[in-house]
Amino acid sequence: MSDIAGEQKSGHNLAEYSVSEISTALKREIESLFPRVRVRGEISQPSFPRSGHCYFRLKDEGAVLDAVCWKGTIPRLSVRPEEGMEVIATGRITTFAGSSRYQIVVDSLELAGQGALLKLLEDRRKKLAAEGLFAAERKRKLPYLPEVIGVVTSPTGAVIRDILHRLNDRFPRHVLVWPVAVQGERAAGEVARAIRGFNELPEDGPIPRPDLLIVARGGGSLEDLWAFNEEIVVRAAAESRIPLISAVGHETDTTLIDFASDRRAPTPTAAAEMAVPVRSELRASILDQARRLVSGMARELEQHRRSVLAAARGLPRPQQMIEERAQRLDDRGERLLQAGKRLIEIRQAQVAQAGLRLRSPLTQIDAKRAELLSETRALNTAWLTYRRCELDANEQHCQKLARLQRQSQMALDGFLQREQVRLDGAGKLLDSVSFKSVLARGYALVRDAAGVPMMEAATASPGAAIAIEFRDGKIGARITDAPPVSATKPARPAKKSGGDQGSLL
Amino acid sequence: MSDKSKLKEIEALSFEDALKELETIVQQLERGQIKLDEAIAAYERGAALKALCERKLAEAKAKVEKITLSADGQVTGTEPAGLE
Repeated sequence: MSDIAGEQKSGHNLAEYSVSEISTALKREIESLFPRVRVRGEISQPSFPRSGHCYFRLKDEGAVLDAVCWKGTIPRLSVRPEEGMEVIATGRITTFAGSSRYQIVVDSLELAGQGALLKLLEDRRKKLAAEGLFAAERKRKLPYLPEVIGVVTSPTGAVIRDILHRLNDRFPRHVLVWPVAVQGERAAGEVARAIRGFNELPEDGPIPRPDLLIVARGGGSLEDLWAFNEEIVVRAAAESRIPLISAVGHETDTTLIDFASDRRAPTPTAAAEMAVPVRSELRASILDQARRLVSGMARELEQHRRSVLAAARGLPRPQQMIEERAQRLDDRGERLLQAGKRLIEIRQAQVAQAGLRLRSPLTQIDAKRAELLSETRALNTAWLTYRRCELDANEQHCQKLARLQRQSQMALDGFLQREQVRLDGAGKLLDSVSFKSVLARGYALVRDAAGVPMMEAATASPGAAIAIEFRDGKIGARITDAPPVSATKPARPAKKSGGDQGSLL
Repeated sequence: MSDKSKLKEIEALSFEDALKELETIVQQLERGQIKLDEAIAAYERGAALKALCERKLAEAKAKVEKITLSADGQVTGTEPAGLE
């Protein structure tokens, strides 16, 4: 140093620093001056490079202060640095000699004031809502009766006791408590981890996977409840596949997890009430259902029984049905038989009739004969009748005729008698002149073969047969050519008198 | 579906579904608009559902456990919570 100083020609009395020396001196000075300060400002340009550290700037209207948050500190931060965030950073001021800068090394960050917190909350809510994390369609229905309930809360304190107490009052369940810090820098990470951890439990693992989650915390200030506004928690709640009830703070407190949860309970006790139904009520309801089931069934059976009875009354006896049918069958069978026979008969009759129409000539003749006979009879009868009538009619004529006849007979008789007398006289006279009387006197009459009296000898040829009548009779003779034995006077053939032929009138 | 598989199917029902179905069956029976064989089947199912519901109710008992975590935040198991 002295050498250097000795070389100073200008006569400066100032000590000469190297850059490093001055930088180190400054660093020491500044760090000793500001070992721990709280700086309020707005976060600007936060960045999270791969190194895991976090850099941002704090600024206000007039100045900018670089800020760094080492990797190991970041998990403990109650708020994650975001652009525009009004914070109070706590840490020490140091310098970065490499680029002539000073900066604050942040140990913790807190939001600056209620208004700023609320604004941040609102901004974050809007952002997450825009992502759809709070959408109604994401909400799942809570199970009616969960078997296992996972509770994310502090293992100590009134909250878990309230929940367990109310659960046991209503419906004792298997409860898994995932202990977390519900306040402070670690709280958000632990709560998010717990929600994810429950979701990651295997379905059939040794630890039963809850079918309902309750994330709960008692009442507190906005800052106390801040972990439940953290994005990491809200996202975990929104992503939970297990239905989730949020119960953070009192009824008037609303945290962002309430928007993302499936149900929001105003208090932890209310969450327990949402989680399970009341067992005694269910038991009563089931008993009622069971009673109605039995009575409903009984009524149903009774109704069917009545229907069966009613239907059975209308059901004829099988025997009777069979008998009736058998009878009908017999009847039909009989009629079938008869029908066959009758058909034949009808056909036969038709044939016979046809045959009748087709009469043989003989039959026709017979018929005609019979007809004729009967006609004849009728005619005879008619004739007889007619004759009888006629006879009757003629009877009188006949009698009259008879009378007339008798009268005429008598007249005739008289006449005849008289005539007889005359005839007798004439006869006697005749007889006296007849050839017979000649014969009686001994003469004979010759007649030829024809009976003609032969008057002339010339007519008599030899060999001819002749008849000779004597007084007492006739004889046959033949003419010979021998000369007559004696000349005798030939007898004159007597003229026949009408002696025996007398005329009637 | 055989009786056994029917019973198995009922076993798989949640309490709520079982209760709802029981209520439906009761209403059907009470309305009396059901065929007899269906009524009998419904009654049997109703009885099984009722038994399931009662068993689920009877099974209710409190068991409170606390998740235990390893140093790196992994779930190691559970232990009695000892909260009450």
